[in-house]
Amino acid sequence: MDRKLLLEHIGVEGIHTHDVYRKNGGYKAVEKALKSMSPDDVVEEVKKSGLRGRGGAGFPTGMKWSFIAKPEGVPRHLLCNADESEPGTFKDRYLMEKIPHLLIEGMILSSYALGCNQSYIYIRGEYMFVLQILEKAIAEAYANGWLGKNIKGSGFDLDLAVSTGAGAYICGEETALIESLEGKRGNPRIKPPFPAVKGLWDRPTVVNNVETIAAVVPIVNDGGGAYAQIGLGRSTGTKLISASGNVNNPGVYEITLGLSVEEFIYSDQYLGGIKNGKKLKACVPGGSSVPILPHYLVCKTATGEDRLMTYESLSEGGFATGSMLGSGGFIVYDEDQCIVRNTWNFTRFYHHESCGQCSPCREGTGWMEKVLHRLEYGHGKMEDIDLLWDIQRKIEGNTICPLGDAAAWPVAAAIRHFREEFEWHVKEPKLCMTKNYGLVTEKTFETVNG
Amino acid sequence: MSQENIQFPEPLLQEVARQIAKFPEGKQKSSLLSVLHLAQAHFGYLSEPVMDYVARLLHILPIEVYEVATFYSMYDIKPVGKVKLEVCRTGPCMIEGAEKIVAYIENKLGIKDGETTPDGLFTLKTVECLGACGYAPMLQAGEKFHEHLTEAKVDELIEQYRKNPIANYLGLENYGS
Repeated sequence: MDRKLLLEHIGVEGIHTHDVYRKNGGYKAVEKALKSMSPDDVVEEVKKSGLRGRGGAGFPTGMKWSFIAKPEGVPRHLLCNADESEPGTFKDRYLMEKIPHLLIEGMILSSYALGCNQSYIYIRGEYMFVLQILEKAIAEAYANGWLGKNIKGSGFDLDLAVSTGAGAYICGEETALIESLEGKRGNPRIKPPFPAVKGLWDRPTVVNNVETIAAVVPIVNDGGGAYAQIGLGRSTGTKLISASGNVNNPGVYEITLGLSVEEFIYSDQYLGGIKNGKKLKACVPGGSSVPILPHYLVCKTATGEDRLMTYESLSEGGFATGSMLGSGGFIVYDEDQCIVRNTWNFTRFYHHESCGQCSPCREGTGWMEKVLHRLEYGHGKMEDIDLLWDIQRKIEGNTICPLGDAAAWPVAAAIRHFREEFEWHVKEPKLCMTKNYGLVTEKTFETVNG
Repeated sequence: MSQENIQFPEPLLQEVARQIAKFPEGKQKSSLLSVLHLAQAHFGYLSEPVMDYVARLLHILPIEVYEVATFYSMYDIKPVGKVKLEVCRTGPCMIEGAEKIVAYIENKLGIKDGETTPDGLFTLKTVECLGACGYAPMLQAGEKFHEHLTEAKVDELIEQYRKNPIANYLGLENYGS
């Protein structure tokens, strides 16, 4: 059975309100931290917990926090990244919509740990209805003395506000988010300097994902050690997974890290198997940016081990035969889906969302989109497949921010595992418009690696 | 719109002040994205005079507003219909039939992606992932998400919006305009 650390009370009527949240143990962690813990104690517990960033990169949160510069007399800022825009990901929206006070409580704890007195939640513009829920909850938190001056007599002051984006995937990248919060275009900054030294208004800044910040609440409540006991190895705690695609029960799940992928897809407790009794064709386990896995590498690794929902197991085999946990945007494809079409669709997304600063990304994503479009519509040539491979290789690692990599990886993985389906589109330009290729043949590790 | 007609009513000016107050003194530019959402909701779209007005409100240069308004996909710098139907077209929505929904709306309203009906009521726009992948296919109208779309549901929605067209974003009733 999964432990529920974040969504334990999600079914309680009125849990989005302060009073119900409070009755169900809400704000106890704030009371505990402000009464009996120093800011460094909180950082220490987060370090001990092994919590890793839940936005996609999986960087240890405690370590990220310890990098923040503390020059005398300069304010520091904590920014919550609620820009959730990675295709396949909708867990942060769910959390904020259903239990907004959990995020607010996490923001208070994290701000206290970092010594920030002015923190912001940056939310994507399309989530305007969620922003209104958050603003209502923040007003309640102020009214009940959890925000403002001298919180509960502790001497700690915190102001918290929500600000909005306006439709730009790139603003989920932390330096683009900072630019946007300064009222500018979301162009990522060159690092260094890192936000921990020079972030919002050139002040030391930490940017954390919604789920990461929410996870600080159970960590403070139960202790970092207890949190680290949950999960498997270096994948500690629970993770929110957004499941979509051709499954019986799509939605948001809080799983204990270490659950097997097979159980997650096929058990009725989770996704309930593939819809309409179809076969599994492929899976993107961590949001559109991570490598797609063909059916035979989803539940098992290339060496025949059970694939588990952990950072390590999902990336087992590297990019040759593995993928990434990423943001937990788990997209499942049945046998009727076309990988060329899906790759074209994702590439169009990255082309649309490229900020345009770096030529490899700006030009490369558009070029790949065009090539994929002609392959999908039966006008492609065999050389196009190698051309795509060549373009993605020249984007990866050659841009200021990771959007370039995020655009390159799905194309690389699609060609690596589904090359025969791409070739079929060239050989059968008419047929590919009306039929789908079905499952690809299983390859051994060596040929996949080539 | 001429320059002199461009003025927020008092409740909206108060909302602008509230947005500015979220940031330290001198950092009022940080409220630009929020204020542009308000301006778009109130004036329908971000014309040059509207952007100039926003620049004056925030004591920044007009170019600082233009470069932001043209970067973010939610801002309209050309007139749009009263109700924007924004259908998500990305991956998970596509495999759940977003393309069929778009074609159905195109047929029903007699417009293509990006166009506005002659009566100025509806604009159809395909957009990238809106974070509703598990409830696909979906569209956003104003600030509302409509999920698990079917043709029948689209019929219902269009009927409902014909009777009661909503403004784009920030349901202006909140600010009494």
